[in-house]
Amino acid sequence: MSIPAITETKPYLSFNLDEEIFAVDVAKVHEVLEFTTITKIPRVPDFMSGVINLRGSVVPVIDLRMKFGLSKTERTIDTCIIVLEISIEGEKIVIGALADSVQEVFDIEPHQIEPAPNIGNRYKANFIMGMGKRDENFIMILDIDKIFSSEELEVFQEAGSSELSGTSETQSNNS
Amino acid sequence: MDIHSEAYIAEAEELLSELESSLLELEISPEDTDLINRAFRALHTIKGSGAMFGFEDIARFTHEIETVFDFVRDGKIKITKELINLTLQSCDIIKIFLKNTEQTSAEDEIKAIQIVNSFRKMVKEYCETEIEKNNEEIAKEISNEKLINIFFKPEQNIFLTGTNPLCLLEELKGMGAAIIFGEINSKINPDEFNPEYCYAEWSIILRTDRTENEIRDVFIFVEDQCELRFEKIAEKEENVPDVKFEELCECVFSLSNKNISDIENCISKIRKQSDCAITEKNEIQQSAAEKETEVNKSKKEKNKSNSAAGSNLKVSSEKLDRLVDLVGELVTVQSRLTQISAKYNLHDLTLISEEVERLTTDLRDNAMGIRMMPIGNTFANFSRLVRDLSNELGKMVELQTEGAETELDKTVIDKLNEPLVHLIRNCIDHGIEMPEERRKKGKSTRGVIKLSAVHSGGDVLIKVSDDGAGLNPEKIKKKAVDKGIISKDAELTENEIFQLITKPGFSTAENITNISGRGVGTDVVIKAIENLRGSLDIKSEADKGTVITLRIPLTLAIIEGLLVKISSSYYIFPLSTVKECVELTKDEIKKSGGRKMANVRGSLVPYINIREKFNIDGQVPEIQQVVITEVNERRIGFIVDQVIGEHQTVIKSLGKVYKNIKEISGATILGDGTLALILDLLKLIEWEENDSVNNYGRLQ
Repeated sequence: MSIPAITETKPYLSFNLDEEIFAVDVAKVHEVLEFTTITKIPRVPDFMSGVINLRGSVVPVIDLRMKFGLSKTERTIDTCIIVLEISIEGEKIVIGALADSVQEVFDIEPHQIEPAPNIGNRYKANFIMGMGKRDENFIMILDIDKIFSSEELEVFQEAGSSELSGTSETQSNNS
Repeated sequence: MDIHSEAYIAEAEELLSELESSLLELEISPEDTDLINRAFRALHTIKGSGAMFGFEDIARFTHEIETVFDFVRDGKIKITKELINLTLQSCDIIKIFLKNTEQTSAEDEIKAIQIVNSFRKMVKEYCETEIEKNNEEIAKEISNEKLINIFFKPEQNIFLTGTNPLCLLEELKGMGAAIIFGEINSKINPDEFNPEYCYAEWSIILRTDRTENEIRDVFIFVEDQCELRFEKIAEKEENVPDVKFEELCECVFSLSNKNISDIENCISKIRKQSDCAITEKNEIQQSAAEKETEVNKSKKEKNKSNSAAGSNLKVSSEKLDRLVDLVGELVTVQSRLTQISAKYNLHDLTLISEEVERLTTDLRDNAMGIRMMPIGNTFANFSRLVRDLSNELGKMVELQTEGAETELDKTVIDKLNEPLVHLIRNCIDHGIEMPEERRKKGKSTRGVIKLSAVHSGGDVLIKVSDDGAGLNPEKIKKKAVDKGIISKDAELTENEIFQLITKPGFSTAENITNISGRGVGTDVVIKAIENLRGSLDIKSEADKGTVITLRIPLTLAIIEGLLVKISSSYYIFPLSTVKECVELTKDEIKKSGGRKMANVRGSLVPYINIREKFNIDGQVPEIQQVVITEVNERRIGFIVDQVIGEHQTVIKSLGKVYKNIKEISGATILGDGTLALILDLLKLIEWEENDSVNNYGRLQ
């Protein structure tokens, strides 16, 4: 069983969050950076890590682990920032995503991709375009535009403001 | 839409506003020929380039207006209020045409037709009264006519290129009176006859006022594939061509065998006859021509001086944006250089670095200067608005402007337009009273709206003031309580009450004067102003009027900033708001007993602890610094760990993702590549105020 949205064999970039392997369409990836200093922005939810200086332009960075309900990304030698181009409301935006490590670029054929099950999935099914299989591992192919869709952003903004009006102490700001 | 159309639309809009402003001035001084010429030029260019870029509707429509203004220019039609009204309306129509290039609504079409008809009526009225004079004019124009003999022999295979020679001949006929003779090449061998070849040749005698080049243009696509000869038979002499044309016709038709060589003979005969007449006339003309050249000379000089004054270059704003971006990057690199040279402290390096710094600052100022435009253009648009709206409401309102030459960044000006329209509408709608009411109050029946712009530090102050009824604090407060914006027993200063009308859901249009339907809310204004990182202040006095002051930063791209450090992160204060920096020890904080006030030479200044607000971790130093700022005429301090110094701040937006974080207006890149966040002090203060109010409420 395949997914209607995926009709051709495309290369994907795979990366790790925790134990799990995720993948994004390579066409969306601008580059992969080594971890650099992230400047925090006040009054935002935890998964918005802050901004980085990418050769003179300011690029927001999010902590994908926290977005998916995992613990905060710990910095290791493998930690990196995947710079992605996403579209929010038709506008192209460059955004960085923290990943524990980046693996490889490889092709997945459409028939190898199955829809993500709604039950028994710890991630929001919306975010997952499908499940690919490589060797014995399942790879979750992310619908990267949906993760940063305007509704998702609104959720974070509400979360952000409620956090503020309440106790801002819950925000952790150490880098 | 292709780039040419876009360029045309931009140009036409400029011309329209030029036209409007000259019309409005004409209304005051209808005799001013300079103004009439200005209006005419604008119309002419709109028409001319319209036709060129395929805006046929506009060209046709504008042509009608131009016709009238041509008469106006010659002093034959007087400027009347009616004419100005009509022309202003047609400006609107052209604007609609420009906007909807694809299609126009039937309503607009009808309106356009009505306007055209009234223009035509004007011309007709004029023509009827002065028809004789007109005739003279026409006769004069015709005198430019000449008689030309054209010989046209296409190549045999001309049909292969898809050309139909008959079409060309038709076109020539459209240029004036023409006699066309065709002849078939008699030497065709019937055996070799190919029906796809052209064996014909033509001789055309044309009476026209077009120039030879224009006639040549008809053949422009076939020039290489034909034999083409032009021969002037006669030109210019009044009435002579007329006679000759007829003579020629007779002569030609009398020929029994109408072949081309005969015709040419015929022509040369006639030319000889007229030559004598021409030489006589030439002598007279020569002296006239000399005079003319003198006149032309002086005219040319005049033109020269005109063109020197307006030697402007049109550059697309994208190119300018790119330039400003590049300068911004250069400024960033330069500050890195300065940092490094300070580190190594080499004499030569320091010299270079200082030189680069000086140049960069110059370059930056120049690049920003290019983007600066006088705000006057925007002001001019408003005289139209005031005129129309006051007529509509039956009020008498005069618009006075001041400081039209004040320069602002182009983007800022563009974004200012809408809020200013709202404010001026509000002034006319609710501020200025009806004439009788004003008389009763002992004011002049004519209300005055004053629009002024003035520089103030890194900002521009734009004031919109009227001498109308003023705001009623009691009414506003009552409404605010009704709407649940404030609690019933809130103690507010008058200034704070006026600020209430800028809250969303508190539209003066609907609530205070019951003139609804416009839906003009001051909150729209506030939003636009906030986007420009500006602020708004309202002052009002009953029956004296209202003054709304907008404080807008000069530019959105680069500002002078004060760099500070808190823990490990850097922040930028806009330098224009910073008054001084003082130290604050832990002892002093203790002594003040929880009050967040700093003692600055005897006066107490409230402060905001940014570390607390932003929840920044790290060791609090023994001695902190307080940056004292003045925002909205209030002195507020901000506690930081360390003041580093001035910094050329290139503002980078945080982007859509962080658009809701109001307290940070952007980020900038420091010399070593780290990012510093630019603080929006006004928002920070508002945040603190809200928090304090909440805390106070909780305590109670």
